[in-house]
Amino acid sequence: MPVPSELEFFIDPGRCIGCQSCIQACAECDTHKGQSMIQLDYVDRGRSTQTLPVICMHCDSPTCAEVCPADAIKRTEDGVVQSARKPRCIACNNCVLACPFGVPKMNTKMNLMMKCDMCYDRSSVGLKPMCASVCPSQALAFGTREEMARLRPRAKPVNTFQFGAQTIRTKVNVMVPNDAAQEHIDVTAAMHEPTIGHEVLDDVFDTQVEA
Amino acid sequence: MSKESTLDRAPVRGSVPPDRAPLANQPKWRQDFPIDWDRDDYVSRRELVKFVVLTSAAFAVGQVWIAVKGLFRRDAKLPAAQVATVDELEVGDAKTFTYPEGSTPRLLVKTGPDSFVAYDQQCTHLQCPVVPAVSEGKLHCPCHNGWFDLATGQPLAGPPRRRLPRVLLEVREAAVYATGVEDSAS
Repeated sequence: MPVPSELEFFIDPGRCIGCQSCIQACAECDTHKGQSMIQLDYVDRGRSTQTLPVICMHCDSPTCAEVCPADAIKRTEDGVVQSARKPRCIACNNCVLACPFGVPKMNTKMNLMMKCDMCYDRSSVGLKPMCASVCPSQALAFGTREEMARLRPRAKPVNTFQFGAQTIRTKVNVMVPNDAAQEHIDVTAAMHEPTIGHEVLDDVFDTQVEA
Repeated sequence: MSKESTLDRAPVRGSVPPDRAPLANQPKWRQDFPIDWDRDDYVSRRELVKFVVLTSAAFAVGQVWIAVKGLFRRDAKLPAAQVATVDELEVGDAKTFTYPEGSTPRLLVKTGPDSFVAYDQQCTHLQCPVVPAVSEGKLHCPCHNGWFDLATGQPLAGPPRRRLPRVLLEVREAAVYATGVEDSAS
């Protein structure tokens, strides 16, 4: 049964409080056997409390599947990119290295790549994925676009990403401020900026005004 | 930028190649190794088990159905019909007839001055016509060298494993009558 098309995932990094509930809840999901698939990124740990949960964005052109030499990673009709098929996965790590979002996780004990599959056992019957069901600030939210437009009137969902010359559209949306100029998120734009000592808060409060 | 411009970005059905060109422009290998689940030939273990179990169950139910059908079968009593006269054949001769009307050919063999046997002419192996070998007391199927006992119709040698269906005969007033058919159900 596919995930209902009106239900979508929305990530709102600005709402993340770094509580790690999603990480704990993720491990409870039946589709990845007690392992948490969520990575909580600390954007600039020394200077900021800003955190960012990383879940699979479910690309329409999944790089993990593109690089899989064993043809093990498949995308279901609803656009969810599934974990590697166990009989096919050769644990080569290509997907782990290739994913621009850093989502796939290699389980060396099981010789199997597992990744966030939107808690397929839950979302395919219309339930929220584990992380979205526990997130106290709803930085990870699962619902309809109308619901989102009503609850977050100052933000809009963006699901187009730019990796150098490659454009990717994802099933999962990122909420960005309504007045942001970008129609897409350029992932490599900040690649050459220093990661340590980067003034995140200054960025948010100063440069956004100019944009 | 207006909010509406992002709202029509519904998730794309079917995966898109990295260069976002249509599938027709893609190399052949991309069609051979599709990323989309439903275009892949992958058979999951669960699908295989489901197929095997359901197919086996269908066979099992079919067997039960055949058994139940056999329990309630009532053979219609066939009317007696004259198939030959006693003097028509020499001992050791044979003739074919149909009984009941429209059946497969039956083989009537005169084994003694007053004794006859009759069997279905089709070999129970692959339906070749059997020929009488009266001097040996057998029926012979030349297709695969199958042999049947002339007296009982039981298979003696070769591929056939079931006996020939026997036509029950009765001799009345110098005429041979067929009175019924014994199928080789065993």
